[in-house]
Amino acid sequence: MTPTRTRPTSPHLTAYKWGPHMLVSIMHRVMGVGLATVGVIGFVWWLVALASGKEAYATFLTCATGWFGYVVGIGLSFAFFLHMANGIRHFVLDTGAGYELKTNRIGAMVVIAGAVVLTSLMWLYIFAKGL
Amino acid sequence: MRGGTELSRVRGLGSAHEGAHHWWHQRVTAFSNLFLILWLIISLLRLPGLEYETVRGWLQSPIVAVPMALIVINTFWHMKMGLQVVIEDYVHGPGRIIALALLHFWTFGAGGLALFSILKVALTGTPS
Repeated sequence: MTPTRTRPTSPHLTAYKWGPHMLVSIMHRVMGVGLATVGVIGFVWWLVALASGKEAYATFLTCATGWFGYVVGIGLSFAFFLHMANGIRHFVLDTGAGYELKTNRIGAMVVIAGAVVLTSLMWLYIFAKGL
Repeated sequence: MRGGTELSRVRGLGSAHEGAHHWWHQRVTAFSNLFLILWLIISLLRLPGLEYETVRGWLQSPIVAVPMALIVINTFWHMKMGLQVVIEDYVHGPGRIIALALLHFWTFGAGGLALFSILKVALTGTPS
């Protein structure tokens, strides 16, 4: 008769303490889905408007430069820079490097910080230039 | 335990006859996207403005129209592979087939519209 004891928990989301690596992992996915939906709509709308004529492009510009347009634009650029930075991180991980707990943690935090910095720099440039 | 011919055992690819294609293409397209999208952002930021004539003149140049077309092909390919994995992870049952079919329509529908628009602007007018 084997004594009843707590069976080992299978590795699952709820079994781990949250850390920056997990945040960056799920954000990579969410940002990817965002770019593939909202990003693609914006990109295609921009090109179709450009090919359709002055009026269609004016409608696009009015929407893109309204407050909602800026919110979407800033969101999309952050999504891109995060997806990009974490993509580069994944290239490093693919070589088999950077899995040590501390290195991995720092890498994930650099990704978040990098995305915030790049997004801010880009929009500072846009507003300063008045694009 | 392990069937098949000696050659098939050496190849070790099983009945699917392929292995890491999806993973590899995801990386190759990611690496190309890195340069293509950064080019797009910098190229747009360097324009004097984003008005109709300015952007059309920009897109009419071959060294802009071609990378733009490559963006549509490469980025949309990357997007299709990425969303496929997301669907396979979260959508179960018959819904998965529908979601994958919708993803296919989405990729080629949006990609076709974008490609045609680039060509229309690029082929009808002189670059500024």
